[in-house]
Amino acid sequence: MSPYFAVAVLIVLITFGHILGRRGAQQAAGGQNRLLHSLPHYYGLYVALWTGIPAVILIALWIPFQPYFLDSFLITSLGDKAIGLNNDQLGLLLNDIRNVADGNISSRANDPLVIAAANRLTEWRQLGYGGLLVITLVAAIGGLILARKRVTINLRARNAVERVFNVVLFVASLIAILTTIGIVLSLLFETIRFFGKVPITEFLFNLSWSPQTALRADQVASAGTFGAVSLFAGTLLITAIAMIVAVPVGLMSATYLSEYAPRKVRDILKPALEILAGIPTVVYGFFAALTVAPAIRGWGEALGLDVASESALAAGLVMGIMIIPFVSSLSDDVINAVPQTLRDGSYALGATQSETVRQVIVPAAFPGIVGSVLLAVSRAIGETMIVVMAAGLAANLTINPLEAVTTVTVQIVTLLVGDQEFDSAKTLAAFALGLALFCVTLALNVIALRTVRKYREKYD
Amino acid sequence: MNMDNYIPATAKGAPAGMGIDPVATGEKNINMDGIEETTIKMSARNLDVFYGDKQALFGIDLDVPERSVTALIGPSGCGKSTFLRCLNRMNDTIDGCRVEGDIRIDQSDIYDRALDVVELRTRIGMVFQKPNPFPKSIYDNVAYGPKIHGLAQDREELDHIVTSSLEKAGLLKEVADRLESPGTGLSGGQQQRLCIARAIAVSPEVILMDEPCSALDPIATAHIEELIDELRENFTIVIVTHNMQQAARVSQQTAFFHLGILVECNSTGEIFTSPSDERTQGYITGRYG
Ligand SMILES: Nc1ncnc2c1ncn2[C@@H]1O[C@H](COP(=O)(O)OP(=O)(O)OP(=O)(O)O)[C@@H](O)[C@H]1O
Ligand SMILES: [Mg+2]
Repeated sequence: MSPYFAVAVLIVLITFGHILGRRGAQQAAGGQNRLLHSLPHYYGLYVALWTGIPAVILIALWIPFQPYFLDSFLITSLGDKAIGLNNDQLGLLLNDIRNVADGNISSRANDPLVIAAANRLTEWRQLGYGGLLVITLVAAIGGLILARKRVTINLRARNAVERVFNVVLFVASLIAILTTIGIVLSLLFETIRFFGKVPITEFLFNLSWSPQTALRADQVASAGTFGAVSLFAGTLLITAIAMIVAVPVGLMSATYLSEYAPRKVRDILKPALEILAGIPTVVYGFFAALTVAPAIRGWGEALGLDVASESALAAGLVMGIMIIPFVSSLSDDVINAVPQTLRDGSYALGATQSETVRQVIVPAAFPGIVGSVLLAVSRAIGETMIVVMAAGLAANLTINPLEAVTTVTVQIVTLLVGDQEFDSAKTLAAFALGLALFCVTLALNVIALRTVRKYREKYD
Repeated sequence: MNMDNYIPATAKGAPAGMGIDPVATGEKNINMDGIEETTIKMSARNLDVFYGDKQALFGIDLDVPERSVTALIGPSGCGKSTFLRCLNRMNDTIDGCRVEGDIRIDQSDIYDRALDVVELRTRIGMVFQKPNPFPKSIYDNVAYGPKIHGLAQDREELDHIVTSSLEKAGLLKEVADRLESPGTGLSGGQQQRLCIARAIAVSPEVILMDEPCSALDPIATAHIEELIDELRENFTIVIVTHNMQQAARVSQQTAFFHLGILVECNSTGEIFTSPSDERTQGYITGRYG
């Protein structure tokens, strides 16, 4: 017996409930559906929902909790054998038992103690699922009977069903929000732990970043410094280069697309730009690392300049290209939202197209354009793949685009790639960086969305 | 187009002796009814307009006399706006719109290849159904046209153009102390007068108005109607309206459109008292439309 059996039985009951509710309503109306408050279908749904929802809630609560209870039963049943084990060892033992019970390969498959425990576990699981089936049946049938009894011609089944859908949709929207809050909270807690080990002033004001901490007490390695300033400076430098590329090109292509392009050209160009947006960033990344960076280095050498092989310029340029479609498609929407009457008003005064664009359309769309640029900036700041592949690793406080810099995202990746102790300052630093990054992009997004919304209100 | 066929529309079907060619005369003359007849400012001959494959106007012949108000009336969708937008070639901005036939201003063809649309539109201003001030200050809204056409030598002259245009549009008194506040912050009627001021500021010869009062309340409407009457001194005005009383009050000539055809065009008094076509009669007495 498995939990699926309970689910299958439930589905049958729900269908049955729907039929019963529908029939019941029709009978109550004596065949004259017109007398019913709602269409018969709604009475069916009403009974079906009452059958399904309590049972589903029970199943949803039962399934995640059953393993916990079974584990604690197992530990009790192991008795003295479990005593004297530390938490890790106990976890390993339980894992082995579970593996044997599931029929998976396990290193202790021949240990009689484990086999006996696994048999017990299998038995308890069967019991548990049997109990689940019983409870589901009781809840479903109970709900069905209750709801069926309520079906009269005056029952407002339609309104009740509407309320249920309302709640279901609300819960769905809560899931995304709660998950985000959970992520932020975990970031926050780990960051607080980090600041327990490294002073916050060092993180915010120290100019040097070298997250090397000793793995063993006897190692000679330095204590490590965690000054994030140079990381944020590197991020800003690369973002600025990206924006210098993306904003003018994106805006001009948006203007061309929405104001100048004949329908046919637009029908080709717009999807083409959107395809650019769909290129995986890792592809841009190796384009930056393998094509653009060497090319820039080559040109630099030809001019007698000293260019690092992983220059901020290469990463920034490619990131700018990646963001062009983003800027242009957002600004295109904003420009298209400028009412036609404003264009007409300008043309009717004898303005040319470029005068109209420069003096009427761009000013009218300006807040929206600012919003889309800010969204693009926040996208650039959070971009990881391109910089991991094309920007450097060494923290370097500079504004020279020809030198290698590193970014916040790159450092988060390098801190977490490889084997780390989870609570070393080095690993926790990633959370602090993540939180800082999150705050910056959140602020940018909020400002951007506000300006865009304000702008929308003005014309809608 | 051959000038031999160039018969003024108003002369068609008129009693013999009235067929004086106003284009040729060029100066004011008095016809037999004692009505002052003026120079023809704009004229359309044989005008067909298509939106894609669909024809919206069929062989329109219409003369617009100078320094007077011509009202275009007719049921919704009959092509009044389409006709109006032909006069300043605003239809050029619509994808798939094709204009055939002949439209002249002061006898020169406005669809001539050599003609500069931008220049044409400075001669023919337009006011739209919904007030559409630019998202700029009141001052900049009015100064927009003069600035792009370089009509003012210096700031002083620009100031003068702006204030006198606002004055002519009857708005100066209300906004004199807040010229720098946004034009979109005015009331609907004020916005519409701002749009009129904006159109006047480039000193056009003709002003086209497409239902300029349909978004306004009766008081604002009365304001604009008075204004139109004053503007007639200096400008040639063509106005589209759904309001029969308005047409009767402000216009000297009225043209009735129906299903893309110009059914009847005559002096306003004539149209409203003794229309010659029964469709016109039906429309103005409210039987359909
Ligand atoms: N941009 C366009 N594309 C296609 N067809 C159009 C377009 N503009 C107008 N038409 C069509 O041309 C015909 C005339 O339209 P027009 O706007 O000139 O009517 P109107 O007399 O101004 O009506 P209303 O009084 O409602 O403003 C209508 O049948 C309309 O559907
Ligand atoms: Mg119209």
